[in-house]
Amino acid sequence: MHGSVDGVAQADLAHNAAQLRAEVKKLSFYYGTSQALKSVDLPIVDRQVTALIGASGCGKSTLLRCFNRMHDLYVGNRYEGSITLYPENLDIVGPGVDPMLVRLRIGMVFQKPNPFPKSIFDNVASGLYIRGVKTRAIVEQRVEQSLRQAALWEEVKDRLHQSAYGLSGGQQQRLCIARALAPNPGLILFDEPTSALDPIATAKIEELVDQLRLNYTIVIVTHNMQQAGRISNFTAFMHLGQMLEYAPTKQFFTAPEHPKTQEYITGRFG
Amino acid sequence: MVSQSHATAAADPFEVSEAFLKRRRLVDLTMRCILFLAASLSILVTAGIVYVLVSEAAHFFAQVSIVDFLTDTQWTPVFQEKHFGIMTLVSGTLMTSAIALIVAVPAGTILSIYLSEFAQPQVREAIKPILELISGVPTVAFGYFALLFVTPLFQTFIPGLSGFNLLVPGIVIGIMILPFIVSVSEDAMRAVPNSLREGAYALGFTRLQTSVRVVIPGAFSGITAAYILGMSRAVGETMVVAIAAGQQAKIAVNPLEGAATITAYIVQISLGDLPHGSIAYLTIFAAGLTLFVITFLFNILAFWLRRKYREVY
Amino acid sequence: MTEQAIVTQEAQARALSDDEIVRKAHRSETRFALIGLTVLIVTMIVLMALIVDFAIDGMARIDRDFLTSFPSRRPGEAGILSAWVGTALVILVTAAMAVPLGVAAGLYLEEYARTNWITDLIEINVSNLAGVPSIIYGLLALGLFVQTFQLGQTIFVAGLTLALLILPIIIVATREAVRSIPLEIREAAYGLGADKWQTVSGYILPAARPGILTGAIVGMSRAIGETAPIITIGALTFIAFLPPSPIQSTFPYVNADWLNSPFTVLPIQMFNWISRPQAGFHVNAAATGLILLAMTLLMNGLAIWLRYKIRKGIR
Repeated sequence: MHGSVDGVAQADLAHNAAQLRAEVKKLSFYYGTSQALKSVDLPIVDRQVTALIGASGCGKSTLLRCFNRMHDLYVGNRYEGSITLYPENLDIVGPGVDPMLVRLRIGMVFQKPNPFPKSIFDNVASGLYIRGVKTRAIVEQRVEQSLRQAALWEEVKDRLHQSAYGLSGGQQQRLCIARALAPNPGLILFDEPTSALDPIATAKIEELVDQLRLNYTIVIVTHNMQQAGRISNFTAFMHLGQMLEYAPTKQFFTAPEHPKTQEYITGRFG
Repeated sequence: MVSQSHATAAADPFEVSEAFLKRRRLVDLTMRCILFLAASLSILVTAGIVYVLVSEAAHFFAQVSIVDFLTDTQWTPVFQEKHFGIMTLVSGTLMTSAIALIVAVPAGTILSIYLSEFAQPQVREAIKPILELISGVPTVAFGYFALLFVTPLFQTFIPGLSGFNLLVPGIVIGIMILPFIVSVSEDAMRAVPNSLREGAYALGFTRLQTSVRVVIPGAFSGITAAYILGMSRAVGETMVVAIAAGQQAKIAVNPLEGAATITAYIVQISLGDLPHGSIAYLTIFAAGLTLFVITFLFNILAFWLRRKYREVY
Repeated sequence: MTEQAIVTQEAQARALSDDEIVRKAHRSETRFALIGLTVLIVTMIVLMALIVDFAIDGMARIDRDFLTSFPSRRPGEAGILSAWVGTALVILVTAAMAVPLGVAAGLYLEEYARTNWITDLIEINVSNLAGVPSIIYGLLALGLFVQTFQLGQTIFVAGLTLALLILPIIIVATREAVRSIPLEIREAAYGLGADKWQTVSGYILPAARPGILTGAIVGMSRAIGETAPIITIGALTFIAFLPPSPIQSTFPYVNADWLNSPFTVLPIQMFNWISRPQAGFHVNAAATGLILLAMTLLMNGLAIWLRYKIRKGIR
């Protein structure tokens, strides 16, 4: 555990100048009695892409789902430590913090495309409806804007009121991205967004993530190291619920410090 | 694309206001309470049933001793010389239910094994809706069928079968509860994991041997629950016996003759115009309480058994 | 003989009859399949006999006059006008009460309830209510609504009684429909910041609608055919008039007086005619039964078809 703190601390020093959008400090997480995260530290730099990598079961998805308190949907889960969201200075996992409030500020794109069984338009507008935005003109404008941002507008503009289930898998995932973008969240979580997609659709999503960085802070879980290398600015490596190494992506892949990281990126395990 | 920086975050048009959040929380809480009340209503219904049956039956038992109620062998509440032996009605109910089970248990077991283990999926998909249709037939239609079709038919080859009898309603009830027994026990059989079946096949068992030695024991509590629930339905079935079993309250020994059941008696009294609070009026609540207790015990036992097999797999 | 010799001998004896074992197994398999098929066919013959019996006895009696006449002492002149109007109105009341209540209760149990003793109690209770004989609901209505609350033997009381009776059916159907909605839909809604009610009303309920509809149709069909609880509240009377119309020509154009009107329904009218000795009334009963059968079979068929469509949609 000491090794990990050192690694994170160094990276922290190097990028202290950058503005943070969120900061994970000594976060532990328990599914009932089994501990899934062990005192994790992680800075999330504003308007950059942070990738979480590691072997399956290492806790990367668990960590991601702490950011929007997704674990609260199921009983018996428990957090310790903190995740501070800036500039609000809100402790996401703090006691008494309404998970709904957190989710209103943080968007999420899931592993499998999960559009609602509704029209394309209503899918994208969902986040606005949930926030009580009902003015037709605003909703329409924002739906178009989000679909454009998600590079889907041209493909669906003539069938906005048809079911989202008529779209291909890759289109559905971009629709889910548009849905997450529409309410303009400061931070967007991607949970292995391309694991259910073919290579062409994957390339499109990656390109999209690259574009979105200009306006949004992104945390992405990926099981694919090449993907992390291609799209992220910072990479964090997790192993058995611990944060072993965090560094700018380039440095991470060229000069990893932790021996486990070296093993992982050279393909000796995982 | 509008670039969003920290400074403008507060001016975000999609930032939710405190007032909106407050209203939303209020709606959420209100709906939670409303839904909870709706769910609790079901408890109120049971409480209402118990209250009505027990309070009216209490008036009855203030006038009739419970020992007489349970041991007398005559039931003549509307006659000059009154007797209140519930066992007469219970015997009629038990006779029809027993006949129903004699029909439905073997047929239901065979059918559910056939559907769950032997039939092709397409056959199963075609058969189950037909069984469902049977359970959708109104009971009064089965009553008509029993009295005016099955009884005359059976009279042609069963000498001594009265126009009102217990045999035919029993058989008809058996057919009525068959779909139910099949659906519950097939459900239980399908819950038996395939690995157990494969284990049996690997030993060289045939499908039939697998069904009898592996699937049935594996689904035992579920199948038992099906029989018990079927029994409970047979005991509570009303219109078929009210129409085709006759209204004479006596200890039922001969299924070829008619006799009143608990449910048929309640219908019979309800048809008349009895003054509220009279002893005959109170008898239907005493009879109803008896019926409720019997079915309640069956239902709880079945619930427990079904929960048990769900836990196992 | 040594032990080994015995084993070898046994093995030989068995090896010799392997063929026979297989043949015997096939025979018993076939025999069982035949028995199963026979039971199936007999069951279907009974259902067919029931339908055909009603058709033969009653088909000829169904005509315009039969549907537009009141009951009468002369079987040839009697009709089911008051009965089918009564059935329609009672079912309206039943649906209006049972569907919202049942859906709400089902949603609570599936989406909100934590596992504690109250939830356990409600669950056992619903399961028990589903098995309570319908006539007991009639006694509840007689003791509580008719005697204690003095509501009378009205359309409202009958509708309310049947609503309580089919409540478990709708609760169970709602729970099953809600349970079949994939977790991802829920997570997507919560992930957008929806609270529980927004998730349930905006995303879960619309997706569960076909399943709930199926349950509601089955429940309605059950209520249409129920006889015993309505007899118990004392509604078996000679009704040769219609309830006041729900619609009127003067303001406010709707009228709730019909709720407090005496009534009769199809199964009651049918039971009444079965109990008469004259064969003419039995024909009327068969005709009424045929109409009842057609209604309930059609509704159940619709529900089965809907369920089939849902299942195909999921796959």
